[in-house]
Amino acid sequence: MQNARRSLLAAAVLAALTATLPLTARAADPIKVGLSGPFTGGSASMGVSMRDGVKLAVTEINKAGGVLGRPIQLVERDDEARNELGVQIAQELINKEQVAATLGYINTGVALASQRFYQEAEIPVLNNVATGTIVSHQFEPGKAEHNYIFRTSANDAIQSSMIAEEAVVRQGFKAPAILADSTNYGQLGRKDLVAALDKRGMKPVAEEKFNVGDTDMTAQLLKAKQAGADVILTYAIGPELAQIANGMAKLGWKLPMIGSWTLSMATFIDNAGPNGDGAMMPQTFIQLPSTPKRKAFIEAYQAAYKIDRIASPVSAAQGYDSVYLLAAAITQAGGTEGDKIRAALEDLKGKVEGVVTTYDHPFTPTDHEAISGNIPVFGLVKAGRVVPAHPEDLEGDKALRVKTSG
Amino acid sequence: MQILAQLIVSGIAVGMIYGVIAFGYQLTFATSKTLNFGQGEALMLGSLVGWSLVAYTGYLIMLPVVLAFGLLQGAVVERLGVRQAIKTKSEAGWIMATIALGIIFRNLAENIWGRDALKFPSPLPEAPLSFMGVNVLPMELVIVVGALAMMLAVEVFNRRSIYGRAFVATAGDRDAAGLVGVNTSLVITFSYAMSSMAAAFAGVLIAPVTLTGASMGGVLGLKGFAVAIIGGLSSGFGVVVGGLILGITENLTGFYLSTGYKDVPGLLLLLLVLSLKPSGLFGKAAIKKV
Repeated sequence: MQNARRSLLAAAVLAALTATLPLTARAADPIKVGLSGPFTGGSASMGVSMRDGVKLAVTEINKAGGVLGRPIQLVERDDEARNELGVQIAQELINKEQVAATLGYINTGVALASQRFYQEAEIPVLNNVATGTIVSHQFEPGKAEHNYIFRTSANDAIQSSMIAEEAVVRQGFKAPAILADSTNYGQLGRKDLVAALDKRGMKPVAEEKFNVGDTDMTAQLLKAKQAGADVILTYAIGPELAQIANGMAKLGWKLPMIGSWTLSMATFIDNAGPNGDGAMMPQTFIQLPSTPKRKAFIEAYQAAYKIDRIASPVSAAQGYDSVYLLAAAITQAGGTEGDKIRAALEDLKGKVEGVVTTYDHPFTPTDHEAISGNIPVFGLVKAGRVVPAHPEDLEGDKALRVKTSG
Repeated sequence: MQILAQLIVSGIAVGMIYGVIAFGYQLTFATSKTLNFGQGEALMLGSLVGWSLVAYTGYLIMLPVVLAFGLLQGAVVERLGVRQAIKTKSEAGWIMATIALGIIFRNLAENIWGRDALKFPSPLPEAPLSFMGVNVLPMELVIVVGALAMMLAVEVFNRRSIYGRAFVATAGDRDAAGLVGVNTSLVITFSYAMSSMAAAFAGVLIAPVTLTGASMGGVLGLKGFAVAIIGGLSSGFGVVVGGLILGITENLTGFYLSTGYKDVPGLLLLLLVLSLKPSGLFGKAAIKKV
């Protein structure tokens, strides 16, 4: 008992001493970075790929000496795609773990619910997968003095505009039908799609809705058929998208499917099987070694996780890039204070060579989107994998697409 | 006309699924006046166990194993969750207990099989058959036939075998059955086992059409419960009709009204039945003597 008390006292004295030591003595302390995403659940294939991409980048950076001479330490939390759990995690990462920044968010709803705590705490968040258009605008100048929310994925405004362009202009379809699920993701996307079609002088002939977990799409598809649709535009996630493809096969009525990037989810490709072949979606990254950086990334990922097909290549690549952007910002800021990192992100001096693109001034105080409309290309499901829909889009110097302003 | 026929045919397939699940609710209610609210989870577990086996054994050999698993799972639910509540004549203990066990089973399944939807290989060709312009999947026919066959088999078992008669006797009057030497608590365990077996069978029956996965039980369990209420908890004929009504109205509403309101008429029907004929469309009114 006496001994225990004495060692406790010693520990307390030691702790007090350490706290007063000059900063330089703690230079090797790790920089804590939060990581929040669904690692279980319906969107787990995206969450896990994103996490693995992030971990790959962190391992590489730490091997090369870390950032400011300090290693990056990830604090991973599974938000299960649940808004309330995302909020809890945000509070834990901010108050208990005191992270310098947080990466992640697959689900727009979780991002919107959680990131306001980071905004209040002035800690930057890099959304590397969530696509809801509003995500990076929640605290844009005018609503807040500084916006701490950044994004490295292609938002829904970009995607829906690409989908409409592909369907109406490039492929010349005349009667698009929209099938979207009843979640925020599906309904916000549906609205964006209607607007994008409208801009091109087109109205959808049918707009149908279904719930997550629905297994029978007969009614929705028959309505689209009745309306004379010639292409199906989708905003939903993997399993229900597979039910749409399978439902069309059942009705003996196969239309081309063009939809948001979730048509690249493994749960769509695997569950639709041959029925899903030909589905097209915008992709910021396709698992192809079209640049040396992409080749190195794919090989490193395959070696690290002993797999051939990346479950969600887009999530993995965007996750990987988000780490390098953050590392560059911390280096430029010379510290881990949130406002300094934010200022550095908004004015990144050097170019960051990523997998998706080469980031040259990706953010400004008013523009927190690293991906512009010219970067994604269309992918196509073919025999269980996503391949470029228009290989000419990735030929020669078009392989590397760099952000255009505006 | 063709569209109407197609909607009805697809509705029948979905409705039979609801019917089988409702049938499971009925079995336990008959003997013990309790329900297994983890019915959807029993279906999900059966389906996932079948999924794990089917790659090695093929569909037909997998079936009896899944049925046996269902029996066992149901017995476990009764022993852990319901027996104590019945013994102490608790009015609501079994409700929480079966819900809790359902959640535990779901978490278990999430940890074993993950939370992604999985494709269940179809034992039959996946190309649709066409009858006068109405398309139907071979597997959908199997669902309808299989569900009817299973309910029929349980009925025959109850009427013909001595164990079945013990079951019917317990359902009729538990105390009287006990007096004539029926081990009623064993019969109740058995009814839970059969109910989960029916659910597990439904699970492997529908999985080739609906995909399988840890979360498949939630919505189906609820809709099956609605059907059990609509059709009546005491009528075998009722659950079949109730299932068909729900399946078909869902599809018709989706097409003729709006796909956004697909689930509403079924629930309206549920409310209507509850207020006008609480024992269900085909149920016998129970008189509670005090």
